[in-house]
Amino acid sequence: MNASPRTAPTPAAAARPYDAERVRRDFPILTRTINGRPLTYLDSAASSQRPEAVLRAMNDYETHSHSNVHRGVHTLSQDATAAFEGARERVRRFLNAHSTREIVFVRGTTEAINLVAQSYARPRFGPGDEILITALEHHANIVPWLMVCEQTGCSLVVAPIDEHGEVIFEEYLARLSARTRLVAMAQVSNALGTVLPVQKMIAAARARGVPVLLDAAQAVPHQPVDVRALDCDFLAFSGHKLYGPTGIGVLYGREALLASMPPWQGGGDMILTVSFERATYNELPWKFEAGTPNMVGAVGLAAAIDYLEGLGIEAVGAHEHALLQSATRQLEEIPGLTIIGTAAEKAAVISFTLEGIHPHDLGTILDAEGVAVRTGHHCAMPVMEFFRVPATARASFACYNTREDVTRLVAAVQRAREVFA
Amino acid sequence: MELKDLYRDVILDHNRRPRNFGTLSPADASAEGHNPLCGDRLTLSVRLAGDRIEDIRFEGKGCAISTASASLMTEAVKGKDRAAIRRLFESVHDLLTRPDAPAGSELGKLAALSGVREYPARVKCASLCWHTLNAALEKGGTVSTEGAES
Repeated sequence: MNASPRTAPTPAAAARPYDAERVRRDFPILTRTINGRPLTYLDSAASSQRPEAVLRAMNDYETHSHSNVHRGVHTLSQDATAAFEGARERVRRFLNAHSTREIVFVRGTTEAINLVAQSYARPRFGPGDEILITALEHHANIVPWLMVCEQTGCSLVVAPIDEHGEVIFEEYLARLSARTRLVAMAQVSNALGTVLPVQKMIAAARARGVPVLLDAAQAVPHQPVDVRALDCDFLAFSGHKLYGPTGIGVLYGREALLASMPPWQGGGDMILTVSFERATYNELPWKFEAGTPNMVGAVGLAAAIDYLEGLGIEAVGAHEHALLQSATRQLEEIPGLTIIGTAAEKAAVISFTLEGIHPHDLGTILDAEGVAVRTGHHCAMPVMEFFRVPATARASFACYNTREDVTRLVAAVQRAREVFA
Repeated sequence: MELKDLYRDVILDHNRRPRNFGTLSPADASAEGHNPLCGDRLTLSVRLAGDRIEDIRFEGKGCAISTASASLMTEAVKGKDRAAIRRLFESVHDLLTRPDAPAGSELGKLAALSGVREYPARVKCASLCWHTLNAALEKGGTVSTEGAES
């Protein structure tokens, strides 16, 4: 399939002011009350909610079009195949990939990274080789590489961060060496919200012939991500952080690299022929999709991409940034409150601690006020270790959050101080 | 659910001014408790007189529920023998997990933890210290809330 250029937002859409209240009404779950109060959902970095359009698309698929894909000649099987492969094309356009052969459906970001670890890194790497990551990574971009290190004898090298939670670019460069075989890094930190300067980090790696995997799970909901402009080799993201369902995610891989990799899992759908002596493998991308895939998940993901691009990703990003700035300003005024992660460029995430109140107590008190935040280590224990905190509270903003949500968050934090006064 | 049922004055007081905080040296038994989900850590050290706990101290960092629970526990178990501590743990466990459990008189100040059962995500915070005490009295070592029954 040939690539078409990105469709530019229409001038009318660009000129229309962002109406967060209207967007909020697209999400049925946000009408729920929690402990008698309206729901202020500030945990989208863990998992976002789904708009009506996504729920409807998934229901329509299940109600009218479901069967197994790539198998039958009957109508439903063809409908299901068209829906599933149509979703793949939708993802290709979303990422501006060259070809749908570069789009592999997986369970989520974690599975995508494990696929690259086991199918790309494990057969190639050995003692003396290095995998370079950053100190901001989610466990999903640490543990699969630790496993490869155990399996092959290669080493994991970590580019450090500074007290703002920013990767120190010079330190990153200093660790890119002749031994570096792969760079694997987040585009946006889930724990702190730091936006990494991936464009120049990728360019530096590529200039040395080092391939780069981007964990874009926290980036795709907030900013346009173009794999050709980024020039990355692999990119992973999850549906459920992008207003889509759980259990579906995407691995983008440069076609030549994917073609050079052995299959990861074996089974149906990933083969052309099977005998008891040997199997021949299917073409890309199906070579990496053993077994019946998550069709309804793919349909939901495609609908979520339609929805997000309908709102305009830049417009959503700008709205979230305004909420981030307002919330940061108001929270900073609260005595004893410390924001962890103060990078110059941040996605809409605020990680914070409150003196004398453990994040878990804070989380419980906020919940009593209807405010849902994440508390804990955010699957980024090394980040917590660096800032010498056991845990933080984390508020993250999405397309459906409003100024009112910020006000409620700040009031709930004040309430926590009263309870513990 | 009222927040004040969870964060009673007794809890807030023991969180602010934990009793028996520190370490005993030398100690007859000690154990470390860890809740990897929230990063809470707790170290217990115990001095025994035969089968009885003569003295006990705890140290660590945790939320108000885990700190207060540990503080209250150290007060409650001092002077008791293993059998009495086991019975008391059972009463506390019921209090934390059974919706209809009456707060028996044997619980004393520990009854202040009754609000925790309305917050299932917080039960492990309150029970960590008891599991750690069990470990200290049995063989020492480390316990983790993950994989352990709360």
